[in-house]
Amino acid sequence: MSDAPQESGTGVKLLVYWLLVGIPLLWGVAQTIANATKMFR
Amino acid sequence: MSNALSTRRPPGFLDREHIVAGSGFNRWLVPPAALCVHLCIGSVYAFSVFNLPMTRLLGITKSAPDDWKLTELGWIFSLAIVFLGLSAAFTGTWLDRVGPRKAMLAAAACFGGGFLIAALGVSMHVLWLIYLGYGVLGGCGLGIGYISPVKTLITWFPDRPGMATGMAIMGFGGGAMIASPLSVMLMHAFSTPTHIGVADTFVVLGIVYFCFMAIGGLIVRVPAAGWAPAGYVAPRQSVGLVTTETVHVDTALRTPQFWLLWWVLCLNVTAGIGVIGQASAMAQEMFPGKVTAVAAAGFVGLLSLFNMGGRFFWASVSDTIGRKATYVVFFVLGMVLYVLVGATQYIGSEALFVLAVCIILSMYGGGFATVPAYLRDIFGVRYVGAIHGRLLTAWSAAGVFGPVLVNYIREYQIDHGVVKADAYSITMYIMAGLLLIGLICNLAMRPVSEHHHLPGQEADA
Repeated sequence: MSDAPQESGTGVKLLVYWLLVGIPLLWGVAQTIANATKMFR
Repeated sequence: MSNALSTRRPPGFLDREHIVAGSGFNRWLVPPAALCVHLCIGSVYAFSVFNLPMTRLLGITKSAPDDWKLTELGWIFSLAIVFLGLSAAFTGTWLDRVGPRKAMLAAAACFGGGFLIAALGVSMHVLWLIYLGYGVLGGCGLGIGYISPVKTLITWFPDRPGMATGMAIMGFGGGAMIASPLSVMLMHAFSTPTHIGVADTFVVLGIVYFCFMAIGGLIVRVPAAGWAPAGYVAPRQSVGLVTTETVHVDTALRTPQFWLLWWVLCLNVTAGIGVIGQASAMAQEMFPGKVTAVAAAGFVGLLSLFNMGGRFFWASVSDTIGRKATYVVFFVLGMVLYVLVGATQYIGSEALFVLAVCIILSMYGGGFATVPAYLRDIFGVRYVGAIHGRLLTAWSAAGVFGPVLVNYIREYQIDHGVVKADAYSITMYIMAGLLLIGLICNLAMRPVSEHHHLPGQEADA
């Protein structure tokens, strides 16, 4: 069952789904790092 | 039997049967669904950004006599955490039965709706509406949204349950990093000389969070019965603490293992909260003149990064070294680091202080992320969502107990003439003592007695 060929469009879905959560998360991390760097100034 | 089948209604759009994945489904499509929910509900950690603006809703530039006090506003967060634990405990069995889509949409409705009711409370200046909206309803959204995706990921990643749950729970840690700057930006955009934009911000956030969490509910899938990832062979026999048996949720609560884990989580969280709540003031008071208020704020941001990263890192490590060993690391390394934190002011090394606190925070997050897989190992996968829900009462207890304990110890010492900076050291030593109790609980963990296991047919049902 698990060796079955992947559904069509899986690659696009993977990209879209991960970008959906990845972009806001990376934005939040970037904001946090920008604040954290104040510590080292 | 056939009559029963013929009268059974077809699965609805929200039902578990409707979202069973086909044979060619890629399981890596599921973690984003879980993250959609956890990134939103994790914003609870950033709720404090609203506290100061809400103390001058009437006075605008400064607090008016009828404005709310910080002490009154502090209850909003506490209520949300308490209802997180209560809702997770009381709805866990229902969540396991109805499946993740219905659960995640229910969480979206509660959490998004909670913001809207809170917005009404702000605009009418009625505090109990905010308690009810964000605290009670939003708190229920937190609890329901927290456990449902975790159980789903455990079933999709039987070969790496720690890493899978670490991914979702990392999202909970990361949610505050998004919510904090986003909320500040929105309040700034909505504020006018006669109006603080808190209510408008709540409305926007409520709608955005609802939509984002609902997307998670729509894209989530559950594996078909008997599904296993390619190349994975399920163990036939229990090995050490990792069981192949099933323990019913009601039975689990009667086992010493559940309560040992309850204390393991509670003490790990209590010790972590002891640092989180004081980090900024501690850095400034232990190193006067060296760490400014701005630097301390940056330090707190750094801690949230380690809190988030630790969730994924430690939970993934637990797949290799085992859950019990991972918690041994948390407690033993934690004790060393807490003592070290207390001693850094005498050594005069703020770099060592920062490093020690960052590692402590990574293990605080790691404790949350590793515990679902620990539960799966001990009680089996079937009721892990419901059992996890009940275990989260340990978080609620620590959320109340931790800050009270830390503040009481600190005030007691200062009242008895201890210098402020030294009072932190003693608090850290007491936290190390709590970790020692946690270590003992963890070392006492044994496999669940056979008479608690469900018989084969019931376990497979």
